[in-house]
Amino acid sequence: MINEALFFSAVLFTIGVVGVLTRRNAIIIFMCVELMLNAVNLTFVAFSKLYGAAGQIFVIFVMTVAAAEAAVGLAIIISIFRHRETVNLENINLLKG
Amino acid sequence: MLLQHAAAGAAHPLSGTAAEWLWLLPVLPLAGFVVNGLLSLVPAYHAGPADPSATHGGDHAEGMHADQHPEDEHAEAGHPPILHRFASIASIVGPLVLALSFALAVSIFVAMLGAGEIHTPFIQRYFSWMPAGELNIEWAYQLDQLSIVMVLIITGVGTLIHVFSIGYMREDPGYPRYFAYLNLFVSFMLVLVLGASYPVMFIGWEGVGLCSYLLIGFWFSAKANADAGKKAFIVNRIGDFGFLVAIFLMYANLGALDFAGVAERSAQLAAGGTLVTAICLFLFLGCTGKSAQIPLYTWLPDAMAGPTPVSALIHAATMVTAGVYLVARSSFLFSLAPVASLTVALVGAVTALFAATIGLKQWDIKKVLAYSTVSQLGYMFIAVGVGAYVAGVFHLATHAFFKALLFLGSGSVIYVMHKAYHHTHRHDDAQDMRNMGGLRRHMPVTFVLMWVATLAIAGIPVFAGFFSKDEILGAAFARAHESTLADASLLGIPGSIVLYAVYAMGLIAALLTAIYMTRMMLYTFHGDNRTGEAERSQMSEAPWVMTGPLIVLAVLSAFGGWLNLPEFFTDVLPLGKTASLDHWLEPVVGEATLRITHGSAAHLSANTEYVLVGLAVAAAASGILIAFTMLKPAAQGTKEQAEVRGTDTGIERVLANKYYVDEAYDAAVVNPIVQVSRKLLWRGVDVGLIDGLFVNGSAWVARGLGLAGSWVQSGQVGTYAWAIVVGVLAVLGAFTFG
Repeated sequence: MINEALFFSAVLFTIGVVGVLTRRNAIIIFMCVELMLNAVNLTFVAFSKLYGAAGQIFVIFVMTVAAAEAAVGLAIIISIFRHRETVNLENINLLKG
Repeated sequence: MLLQHAAAGAAHPLSGTAAEWLWLLPVLPLAGFVVNGLLSLVPAYHAGPADPSATHGGDHAEGMHADQHPEDEHAEAGHPPILHRFASIASIVGPLVLALSFALAVSIFVAMLGAGEIHTPFIQRYFSWMPAGELNIEWAYQLDQLSIVMVLIITGVGTLIHVFSIGYMREDPGYPRYFAYLNLFVSFMLVLVLGASYPVMFIGWEGVGLCSYLLIGFWFSAKANADAGKKAFIVNRIGDFGFLVAIFLMYANLGALDFAGVAERSAQLAAGGTLVTAICLFLFLGCTGKSAQIPLYTWLPDAMAGPTPVSALIHAATMVTAGVYLVARSSFLFSLAPVASLTVALVGAVTALFAATIGLKQWDIKKVLAYSTVSQLGYMFIAVGVGAYVAGVFHLATHAFFKALLFLGSGSVIYVMHKAYHHTHRHDDAQDMRNMGGLRRHMPVTFVLMWVATLAIAGIPVFAGFFSKDEILGAAFARAHESTLADASLLGIPGSIVLYAVYAMGLIAALLTAIYMTRMMLYTFHGDNRTGEAERSQMSEAPWVMTGPLIVLAVLSAFGGWLNLPEFFTDVLPLGKTASLDHWLEPVVGEATLRITHGSAAHLSANTEYVLVGLAVAAAASGILIAFTMLKPAAQGTKEQAEVRGTDTGIERVLANKYYVDEAYDAAVVNPIVQVSRKLLWRGVDVGLIDGLFVNGSAWVARGLGLAGSWVQSGQVGTYAWAIVVGVLAVLGAFTFG
């Protein structure tokens, strides 16, 4: 059972990583990051079966932080869109050295 | 100051006498230095904004400065001489501290006479100066027969020269500064001769070097004077290096640095061994610097850039004789090292002859005296080299008298010449003998006194120089006959041959001394005056404050020989005690002298002695006669004729140019160093390596790294994400497969 769960979360995580690396749309990248977070959550839950309830408690924390982060992140993206009328990351390089 | 341990001198015959006040000797002049130094901080005068000389600043040497270049004198022409506001205080404090010091020295001397036979030095320990592990150097003074002789000369002649300075320097704006330096010099000189160990002596040694530098460059606003000071300082550093190496060798091998300790442990050293020879040769290197011997003599003639009383005190009577004192003080080492002693005697003889030949063709009156000093110091080194330490100290004393007299007399001449030229606004050289002549009519007292000194230095009988010079030449001759030096050999040449050569060179130098001194007198005082009518009307004897010390010195120059009358003289004319100085210094250097003479008080036979004396007197007398017959017409000529004679050819030209030694040193040492400094050290190391590579190089590296870093910061979030992923994979890979 644990093997399947870990395999599944690994697949989810990889999809998230590939999404972050290949896409240019900020919203989609954001969603891919959420996917990676949830893949990690799944791993926590799976391991809690072996090592006790700490993993499940941690998942609650991660979801809380993820919710907050989603709120802030989406707000930033909306703000960027209002200024530049685009959320394509290739056009957003204000941090260029 | 009174921290000395009661145990140190409890049993000594001198404890409880005036000798307990030993520490006050250097402190008195030091107090004078502090007072005069504070006074010198006050500017010479307050010049109003309309005063044209205001731009010169308070420190600029204005007023009376005989030795300065004439072109600096435009500003004050027609102005009254500018006195320092506190000149009168400095005139009192400066000489007074010296007089007090001299009075104390005399009372200590009287106490020593009263204490009877003193066989061990009276050592006063004041505080622990350098306690460092096994090395514990105490600040201690040592009073013995040798150091009191030096102290009496320094404070006695010093007092006279201080008094003379009142007249000579009073109208200089830097007057209190001058006395401050002079007082400081005497203080250090007393530390030098009183120090009970080599390190304490070294402090005095360096201190007098500093004061010499300060006083040579006293009129530092002229570059030539400042350069002369620097030259003296740098050349002396070479000698001091030798002195330091000798101190290190002594500590490393003997484990002691105080004179008593080194003397005691030197008994362990093998006589004539490499170690003791090395120590002595390094000590002698120090002497060649301080006492202006070949090869380091070149600074002393240039040192004449300082005020003339400074030349008299520092560069004739006291500081330059420190090397002679050092050898006499270290006699227990030098008597163990025949090769080093032979070297000392040979270098002394060559210097005596070499400098005397240069003195023959100099036109600057002070330069003649400077080369004469170098030559006479050579005599002293002949004496201490051949182990006649008493003769060396004897000549040191008589030389202090007659050379101080000669310098102060030339100071009076320069003072008068300068005053005359100053009055008529002419800018001729007040020190050039070609401008003088016939001064005997204007300055009869100085004329007579200078002749006394000239006869003394030439070695005419009954004057002081005759006895001391004769004793040196006699000792050199006697040692060639029978001594450890004669048995040794220097660079393969037997010691006796070296010593006979030393004697011969000394004799020729005596002849040359008589010639150049008579020449100086002829050009200065005889013949017709070569200034103008207007100048002549201004010439008169220098003030009494200057002539008075000259008279005292003339008496000493005439009768200084009574310090140490030889037996052959008292046999004929029983007018005084025989060999007083010999007896007096016997506890200090007697043992070392006996060691060199194979334990016997080797005396020459009476006949040999008479022949030697006859030769020396003949050399002196014929020197004076030669000078009179050959130079009299020239000296009596007009100024133009004298100047024509200045253009020499052949050997005369070589002599007038001082054998081109300065030029050779410039080419061989100074220029290479300057070129290496400029091309390699400055352009190469400083500009190239340090500025280029280190300073600018590190800036370039930082800028390059910054550029690369900014290129990484593309601002593309995707690129960053790739970097993160690659990094994570690398870390994971390292953990998994590492």
